[in-house]
Amino acid sequence: MSPTSPGRHTTARHHILSVLVENKAGVLARVSGLFSRRGYNIYSLAVAPTDDERFSRITIVVDVGGTTLEQITKQLFKLINVVKINELDPAQSTEMELALATVKADAGSRGEIIEMVNVFGGHVVDVSHDALTVSLADAPARVDDFEELMRAYGIVELQRTGRVALPKLDRQAPRLRSVTGKVG
Amino acid sequence: MKLTGAQALIKSLEMEGVEVMFGLPGGCILPVYDPIIDSPIRHILVRHEQGAGHMAEGYAHVTGKPGVAMVTSGPAATNIVTPLCDAYMDSVPMVVITGQVNTFAIGSDAFQECDTTGITQAVTKHNWLVTDAADIPLVVREAFHIANSGRPGPVLIDLPKDVANQLMEWQWPTDADVDADLPGYKPTTKGNGRMIREAARMIAAAERPVIYAGGGILKARAAEALRELAELTGIPVVTTLMARGAFPDSHPLALGMPGMHGNYTAVTSMQKADLLIALGSRFDDRVTGKVDAFAPGAKIVHVDIDPAELGKVRRPDVPIVGDCRSVIEEITQALRQLAATAPEDAGSASAPDRGPWMAQIREWQTRFPLHYEMAEDDRFLKPQFVIETLRENTPEDVILASGVGQHQMWASQHFRFEHPYTWVNSGGLGTMGFAVPAAIGAKVGRPDRMVWAVDGDGCFQMTAQELVTASAERIPVKIAILNNAYLGMVRQWQELFYEERYSEVYLSPDLPDYVKWAEAMGCVGLRVEHAEEVQPAIEKANSIDDRPVVIDFRTDSREKVYPMVPAGGSNDDIILGPSQGEGGR
Repeated sequence: MSPTSPGRHTTARHHILSVLVENKAGVLARVSGLFSRRGYNIYSLAVAPTDDERFSRITIVVDVGGTTLEQITKQLFKLINVVKINELDPAQSTEMELALATVKADAGSRGEIIEMVNVFGGHVVDVSHDALTVSLADAPARVDDFEELMRAYGIVELQRTGRVALPKLDRQAPRLRSVTGKVG
Repeated sequence: MKLTGAQALIKSLEMEGVEVMFGLPGGCILPVYDPIIDSPIRHILVRHEQGAGHMAEGYAHVTGKPGVAMVTSGPAATNIVTPLCDAYMDSVPMVVITGQVNTFAIGSDAFQECDTTGITQAVTKHNWLVTDAADIPLVVREAFHIANSGRPGPVLIDLPKDVANQLMEWQWPTDADVDADLPGYKPTTKGNGRMIREAARMIAAAERPVIYAGGGILKARAAEALRELAELTGIPVVTTLMARGAFPDSHPLALGMPGMHGNYTAVTSMQKADLLIALGSRFDDRVTGKVDAFAPGAKIVHVDIDPAELGKVRRPDVPIVGDCRSVIEEITQALRQLAATAPEDAGSASAPDRGPWMAQIREWQTRFPLHYEMAEDDRFLKPQFVIETLRENTPEDVILASGVGQHQMWASQHFRFEHPYTWVNSGGLGTMGFAVPAAIGAKVGRPDRMVWAVDGDGCFQMTAQELVTASAERIPVKIAILNNAYLGMVRQWQELFYEERYSEVYLSPDLPDYVKWAEAMGCVGLRVEHAEEVQPAIEKANSIDDRPVVIDFRTDSREKVYPMVPAGGSNDDIILGPSQGEGGR
């Protein structure tokens, strides 16, 4: 994944696919292998079992370059272990991402950083004499802002999880677009 | 009933109706080779694992049933990767079983260990690493189901040695068990009714339609449905390399093969069409040439069982996901209804006049037939002449296998294919060395048919050892080597596009001595150097039915395959022959 640059989450080429897969050995390798051999770009990826232990959900943010999203989903569907694919419209879904950052913090800057973390609703999760590890779970754009502000103090290490998403509880029916055309 | 995993595997294969398997034993697969002794399944012992894979493919091509191959772990598994990829590209149903090291040794770099499921993930429709013998019957059922349904393809079962030795309680799973275990696999076979009616309307209204029939016709057993549609509508049919035989070449509506080495009429009719009815074809680059310049005026009806093919290369106006046979039958039905409901007086007025289109096609066929020139003197035997003579001296239902290269294109161009499942070749992957083992597999699948392979000298040297298998197993295939002493297709490109700078393409006509080699492998070996010897040699080969025959045809090295569309070029820039070819660089 490329280093961070402000505003990267708003690119129009990014789409969120929520992929329900069988919870079996090697399924993630099949999914990521498909992306690499077909030349598709994964922007971020998060995997975890669902409430039904037979299945896992993979949330993939794809960077649609030369290939259409339609072609990507159709090829994904050809994997036997892929059960269902939903495309989540970013405008109609709730997205969350977790960032952990170790930031240089001496006696002079420590208070300022802690204040900043509090403004964002984050947490200080570890402390030493010259650094703080802080966390923030929020919408990806807010995490971007937070990261940018922390950068000014000097980031020692940064780890982001990639986003997870669910359809927004709208007044209308949720815009959960099921991609049709199951495959042989 | 308690069985070992190995016994359960063989019993499962028997339950699936397997009659023949191709393979070669080794350390990790040893337990499974023991129950084969007591099984009615015929096992054919190959000389190289690649041969087992291509034989299974040849068997599947002519029977429609999944071919089965079984080999051991490590190097055997990697040797069968090429046939797996070949089968994946050409949608050939195949079940490959590989041995694997003990489960407790997996990941330890054990002797003959390799990550078989990892390596073959990209070249199989699906694969399994079995870790519990109790799973074997279900995995085998799923393997055959997946290989042979939807878009067919190869699957692989990797079986660790300790799992093969483990005791299990035998139970044969039901259809419901299979469905429950495959929640993500539900191929769409029935086409969308609205799209089918729309396709019928477009077909009825087209002035310059062409049916673009692909290998999916054969996979769907849809040759008869295709013929009915063509005859009802009077629309001409091109058959791609993978579809040769899907529509009889002698039919008045048959235009032959399109593409890079397609004939002028097939290529140009697609370029000028106002409607392409793509049936089980995938707009391969060897057919389309430069995609932006391909059939620029054509609307597209695209029928395929694999939704990912619709819109992958060319966006269809009417996409239909479904089984080719059922969709074609429904389109034909919809066309009949359309004709029946049209007002009688308006019917003739609104139906387009396709007379000029067919007249144009006939004119192209007359002006630009497939063509080659006989040699000025007897020293040079023309490969096309060999193919024609073979065509004239074999039964109409002969099965022809081929390797990859010039000989493959000449075979596809100059042979005639009247029946489905008579042409066995490697289209998508272009695997040199395919012909000999594929012909053997085809003969095993259809022992009642005569089976010839047209091979190149380069191809033959890659897999010839399987003729030892054929001799030992009494599988009387016939091999015609078009021996031009070169890697001919590469030579052709170096001549046309690299200023005749021939780099590493010369093979020699007599090293090896093909006749002696054939004899050493238990075959009859013949050599032909002059045109008048061609027919007698073919007749002699036809008369031998107790062992394989190899004929070394010494053909003209300078001969090139025409017509030709240079790679990446537009199909409008088709080069018809040598005189035009010089300028086509």
